[in-house]
Amino acid sequence: MLHFLAQQDPGELEAGLTAVGRGIVYGGAAIGPGIGIGIVVGNAITAMARQPEAAGMVRTTMFLGIAFTEALALFGFVLSFIIAG
Amino acid sequence: MIFGLEFPPISHVVEWPTLFGSGPFAVNKVVLLMWLSAAASFGIIYLGGRKQQLVPTGVQNVAESTVDFIENGIVMETMGSDGLKFMPFLLTLFMFVLTCNIWEIVPVAQMPVNARIALPAFMAIVVWFIYHVTGIVSQGPIKYFKSATIPPGVPKAILPLVFAIELLGILITRPLSLAVRLFANMLAGHLLLVTFAVLCQALFTSTYVGAVLPFALLVFLTAFEILVAFLQAYIFTILAAVYIGGAMHPEH
Repeated sequence: MLHFLAQQDPGELEAGLTAVGRGIVYGGAAIGPGIGIGIVVGNAITAMARQPEAAGMVRTTMFLGIAFTEALALFGFVLSFIIAG
Repeated sequence: MIFGLEFPPISHVVEWPTLFGSGPFAVNKVVLLMWLSAAASFGIIYLGGRKQQLVPTGVQNVAESTVDFIENGIVMETMGSDGLKFMPFLLTLFMFVLTCNIWEIVPVAQMPVNARIALPAFMAIVVWFIYHVTGIVSQGPIKYFKSATIPPGVPKAILPLVFAIELLGILITRPLSLAVRLFANMLAGHLLLVTFAVLCQALFTSTYVGAVLPFALLVFLTAFEILVAFLQAYIFTILAAVYIGGAMHPEH
């Protein structure tokens, strides 16, 4: 394995590992918000189905909840670009 | 290089050469688009309000439905009737963010102004100043910071922790997340469109028929980005309204 790695151009290995790191950062950051947005929207739909007359208010609050939850995934997205090679 | 597909590096996708000017006053395509969207958002509201007809047509229709949407959909839902004095600010914010975002799908332009962090960061700082000043003016400085950082009904034992988190929240996290949310959404949308456009082009030059499916997806994603542009403008405005409203009225 080491013999194989030693044959590579050192910059190439670093670039590859950086790409893997970026993937892990964004993938990891997307797990929690993915579940969170599912919960927010699912409960909002339940609320709207139970009380259609409150749909407007629920929708506004739902978008707020989505925005707050989604921010975490977007931090991960931005961080994955910030990671330098 | 992925499967022989040459994807442009990220800096080539969002950075544009200077057209004229130099140093901090250099003007490139993004700045030009920003000026255009400022002019467009002013123009729509000005033309819509100049000759008011009883039955609105054309531009007046657009302007009136936007004003109505901001007033009933955002201000009344989040701040109540005494938030109406922030109506002009929020309307300007919404129109400007929306017109800046919509350049993403306009042919030839194809570049959302908010995919560069400068503009979202500046707008977030403006919102940050406005909600702090509003809170200080309407509640007084000590009462405002007390009501903003110490939520009612928190047990004494964890109060220092809650205080630290809330203080960090109103000073740093709120403007940071406001700016990054808009910026990252627009950048992600732009990259998505670029990826599929590159894929279409590569498949078209190599196989012709292979480009049909990616092209259909590209059209679908363009429609989806219109939705995202609206949604992000809406979310930016409603969060600004929520922050200002929260600074005006202390939490119960």
